[in-house]
Amino acid sequence: MKYIIRKFGMMITTLLVVSVCVFLAFSIIPGDPALRMLGTEASPELVEQTRQQMGLNDPVLVRYGRWLTGFLAGDMGTSYNYKVPVSSMVLSKIPITLTMAIMAFLLTVLISIPLGIITAKHEGGILDRCIMVANQIIMAIPPFFSGILLTFVFGMIFRLFTPGGFVNYTDDFSRFIRYLFFPALAIALPKIAMTVKMLRGSLIDESQRDYARTAYSRGNNTNGVLYRHVLKNAMIPVITFLGMALADMVAGSIVIEQVFGIPGISRILLTSISNRDYPVVEAIIMGIAIIVILVNFLVDIIYRIVDPRIGLKE
Amino acid sequence: MEIILDVTDLHIEFHDHDVPEVAVEDFDLMLGKGEIVGIVGESGSGKSMSALAIAGLLNRKSLKKSGRIMFDGNDLLTCDRKTLRSYQGDEISIIFQEPMTSLNPVKKIGWQVEEPLFIHHPEVTKPERKEKAIGMLKAVGLENAEDVYNMYPHELSGGMRQRVMIAAAMIGDPKILIADEPTTALDVTVQAQIVELLKRFNKERKTSIIFISHDLSLVNQLCQRVIVMQHGNIVESGKTSDVFTHPRDIYTKRLIAAIPRIDLNT
Repeated sequence: MKYIIRKFGMMITTLLVVSVCVFLAFSIIPGDPALRMLGTEASPELVEQTRQQMGLNDPVLVRYGRWLTGFLAGDMGTSYNYKVPVSSMVLSKIPITLTMAIMAFLLTVLISIPLGIITAKHEGGILDRCIMVANQIIMAIPPFFSGILLTFVFGMIFRLFTPGGFVNYTDDFSRFIRYLFFPALAIALPKIAMTVKMLRGSLIDESQRDYARTAYSRGNNTNGVLYRHVLKNAMIPVITFLGMALADMVAGSIVIEQVFGIPGISRILLTSISNRDYPVVEAIIMGIAIIVILVNFLVDIIYRIVDPRIGLKE
Repeated sequence: MEIILDVTDLHIEFHDHDVPEVAVEDFDLMLGKGEIVGIVGESGSGKSMSALAIAGLLNRKSLKKSGRIMFDGNDLLTCDRKTLRSYQGDEISIIFQEPMTSLNPVKKIGWQVEEPLFIHHPEVTKPERKEKAIGMLKAVGLENAEDVYNMYPHELSGGMRQRVMIAAAMIGDPKILIADEPTTALDVTVQAQIVELLKRFNKERKTSIIFISHDLSLVNQLCQRVIVMQHGNIVESGKTSDVFTHPRDIYTKRLIAAIPRIDLNT
């Protein structure tokens, strides 16, 4: 419990630091938001008046405090370009991107763990060698390219989904999931390959340890040693990797959304960056940061459950 | 004396490299019920290899084994895996040199001590298993057995871990306990306690023990018979007292001469 509280405290601190960095970065970047909103033709008086209205003349600390409290209350500011609250633009899109990332993560876990076990168990066999070759190839293909391949093969040849088509989750949830399956697979593929390789290596290493020999000496068969003893130990580094992979998937989905034409968070992010619509960019960066930090927090807790040695060493 | 284990002409070869390497040659061992036999020799003499072969733990494909290890009417070298496994942990147990790494780091002590019962005696219920495990932990001298039951290996010292290993090895009340240098990694006072513990089990439960060590004075204290090995061969064997007082082989003589003695007069 103490461990969880400490980790939670660390998580909050990290979030605050990130928020300071994000806010400061966009305060330092040159360019006057008021001028951007009004256009270069605007009179200096009008610009000054708008600056007052937007509170841009206040000290940095005051502006940060206002932004943070607003953010915590769900008010992420107003888009410079569209003059609508950022939250209304972003919040409806977050479930799309997040669902896709979570699906990609689940695919990774569900596919890579059985494959890792099979390859380790039949190390050096034909199945193992085939999977490892396929693994090597998949690992080398970036998600956007495998996305194009998947669209071509499953969308255009097998017609399992309509390329470029999309159904929103508010309309039909099951079709929404079906449309997201292949994009999620494209994100997941390289992670699956990496996880398989990692779990395989970890399982092979762990099964040569002394405690595995002890397990055999007690009359365990190969499966008994593998599932009752080795797997839990072998999962420890894999969990760390999966945590990082999940965070990476959230960020990686931005490219894939472009490839598959999914109206998730990436479209807003890209247009906001090119339009210097900073409140929107800030909100999305904070969103991604929160997800990444939250995932790390969860990984720390799972870690503690799997490995009793964690927490005592510190 | 009833013979419960009969090893004849055991021969173990490695095939890891181009030239086969002989690890054990013409190893013979007869173990009577309730007997303690010591195997001594320096590292690489093949003593641990022989022990692992008897425990059925040499299953690597790169190893070639021949000879016979007769136990309970079966040859452990040629019998099917299932028969071998039915003995492992139940009739034949083994404890190792490294108590620090021989226990699974992510499983509770109680779980690990109970495991042989779980595997070989599924009819034993969970509360009975727990009761037996705690009894066993007490029997090996862990006073706060109830607490230890719920601990993890990293919370215990090396000596305590070796006691846990012994508890797990003895829970099925095996006929043979193989102790592969069980005290080498421990400090001297703990060594003596572990040896006492083995002696007690031998006396109370009539467990036959194969005690492997390079510490001749420990072997002298514990074993009725001793086998001296060098380069995979048995160079001398016999009653411990005979071998120690009248060593015939030059290697045995050198080993005995190498025992450090405390001479208070000088």
